[in-house]
Amino acid sequence: MKVIDASGMHYKDLNAMIKQLIKNNTSEILVKNVQGQRYIGDGIGRNCKVIIEGTPGNDMAAYMDGATIVVHGNAQDGVANTMNDGKVVIHGNAGDILGYAMRGGEVYIKGDVGYRVGIHMKEYLDKKPVIVIGGKAGAFLGEYMAGGIIILLGLNVNDTQKIVGNYCGTGMHGGVIYSRIPIDSYKLGKEVKQAQAEDDDMEIISSYVKNFSDYFGFDYRSIMDRPFVKIYPYNHRPYGNLYAY
Amino acid sequence: MAISLLTPEFIIERNDERCIRCQVCVRQCANLAHIYDEEEDRVLADDSKCVNCHRCVTLCPTRAITIRKNPLEFKENANWTASAIREIYKQAETGGILLTGMGNDKPYPVYWDRMLINASQVTNPSIDPLREPMELKTFLGRKPEMLKVENGKLKEKLPPQLELEVPIMFSAMSFGSISFNACQALAMAASELGIMYNTGEGGLHKDLRKYGKNTIVQVASGRFGVDPEYLNAGAAIEIKIGQGAKPGIGGHLPGEKVTAQISQTRMIPLGSDAISPAPHHDIYSIEDLRQLIFSLKEATDYQKPVAVKIAAVHNVAAICSGIARAGADIIVIDGFRGGTGAAPLRIRDNVGIPIEFALAAVDTRLRQEGIRSQVSLVCAGGIRNSADVIKAIALGADAVYIGQAALIAMGCHMCQKCYTGKCNWGIATQDPNLVKRLNPEIGARRLVNLIKAWAHEMKEMLGGMGINAIESLRGNRFMLRGIGLTSRELDILGIKAAGE
Repeated sequence: MKVIDASGMHYKDLNAMIKQLIKNNTSEILVKNVQGQRYIGDGIGRNCKVIIEGTPGNDMAAYMDGATIVVHGNAQDGVANTMNDGKVVIHGNAGDILGYAMRGGEVYIKGDVGYRVGIHMKEYLDKKPVIVIGGKAGAFLGEYMAGGIIILLGLNVNDTQKIVGNYCGTGMHGGVIYSRIPIDSYKLGKEVKQAQAEDDDMEIISSYVKNFSDYFGFDYRSIMDRPFVKIYPYNHRPYGNLYAY
Repeated sequence: MAISLLTPEFIIERNDERCIRCQVCVRQCANLAHIYDEEEDRVLADDSKCVNCHRCVTLCPTRAITIRKNPLEFKENANWTASAIREIYKQAETGGILLTGMGNDKPYPVYWDRMLINASQVTNPSIDPLREPMELKTFLGRKPEMLKVENGKLKEKLPPQLELEVPIMFSAMSFGSISFNACQALAMAASELGIMYNTGEGGLHKDLRKYGKNTIVQVASGRFGVDPEYLNAGAAIEIKIGQGAKPGIGGHLPGEKVTAQISQTRMIPLGSDAISPAPHHDIYSIEDLRQLIFSLKEATDYQKPVAVKIAAVHNVAAICSGIARAGADIIVIDGFRGGTGAAPLRIRDNVGIPIEFALAAVDTRLRQEGIRSQVSLVCAGGIRNSADVIKAIALGADAVYIGQAALIAMGCHMCQKCYTGKCNWGIATQDPNLVKRLNPEIGARRLVNLIKAWAHEMKEMLGGMGINAIESLRGNRFMLRGIGLTSRELDILGIKAAGE
């Protein structure tokens, strides 16, 4: 394992250093004292684990294509922006637009996330992006979502009012959001409906919750001790009737 | 069902003496405007389905078909024109947003036609480009503040540049809005000409990756088909913020056009709507734009110039100053006549400003702020010929994008029905039977011919001005004079009136 002390470093130098190590086939990199440096892990590929201590800046793991990033701390905005493959594990909270247009891979957040998380998520054939949120989410969760899975656990709330902000699933036309706590219908976008998760849904949920519990040391069974709901779109053509031909 | 109040826009006239009942027209019309009546052995027409695309007219072996504007007139009314009435009928019948294709066709002034180009007489001899070297080569990208040279070599690496043999590129048209064959024709032509074509926001088909050196890949709000391989596949990356035909609104590729190939290229499920909303939800400010620019640069190791494309709108000069400061290497401004595969009619016809004003205002502002050299300017939106290109460059553009002109070169007849997906010329369609009508090799040949012809004309005009390199024309507004313009318009364009 290689260790980098990021203290006082410019993001360009830090990221060039990380990329160089990956190029030299380093399989694990520990980056200490991260102080808000942006774009960590942008576009990096397979077979590498980057462990971050501190607070990474915006657009961490953007366009990432197969690596693993573990953050011991909070992450800022734009985590996993347009991420293609790989895994991000955040032992803290994360900011806005996490997983924008994410196309593959998995992101696990121990705590809360900000606004517009999972916006424009997409799936194609076997590529299915997954976001698991341990805490609560801000407004516009899954906006314009076109594919993939968001699992919202709300482990730190017990109140339907607080698990997610308004306009959840607005413009959604693909994919699914699972929530451990039912969502008040006034908070849902008009393109989605809510129903009890069924057996095959629970199968999907349980495999990701299992990972979540392993990463963050939660008790798997107590998370799964209640039924989940699913939020999914009425159809794949939300604006099919908008135009005069 | 109630009777439609819409009468046919065109009438199909068939000279029965010439018609040999070969039924080419019947087979060629995707709109089903021609019908063969077997019993009567006659070819009939349903005028209401005709879009006046000239496919049947062009292919009829005996020239038996003529399409005319329907002479049926409403009672004359300067306010309630026929189109105003017809549009209301259509909306009253459907309740939908009116759609259209291609660029704004309203009779707004075309300022290119109100500027005239200079030529040398006596004092500054003109140059004959047939005998003397004439340079059109153009480099797009950020230029350094100063060059440091040591032992005859550059001391610092130049920022990445795009090298163009002619300052003309094919503008962003996605696979989805146009057919694969049209995309391939553009790519082949760009490659032969040493210029660039642009993927648009629909991803890059794997069979077109080999044209990467001449490809600009686009990143828009829906991020269709964007992965690290895509970002590295082209010579430059363009962030699409806006489009001249529809400033401030996004795009919807309807699910029925998302075929197997499009679904693969865009990386979305078959038949699903492809929605690109107007805003990138990670860009709410110039600072956020900077973040996207640099995230793309980081992901491509600072090897590729990053362009930002916006529609020409009211405060375009201030916006472009911000874009330059946000770190863009190239700014693309798309004027209100820019084309589109589909746009709401009201937006296309009423939103945005002319590219001529936008370009002049932006160039002036960037010069005043001393940052013009930091960024290249590309202008787009209704460039029709080589004289428009020369005028654009004299107003301050580094290069131009052409979209509609390129489609016309490939056979488009401007029927403005791209959004129906039934393009009889195989351009704006995904129907395999229509797509195969456009042969990519022939399309590419026609595009190459067009750009070569324009390049010859541009050299003639440059020679006439006594200039032997396009570089000396760039921003050289002394070479332009206005005609029929107000003094305010002349001020904004930064040119003198003819005779001054």
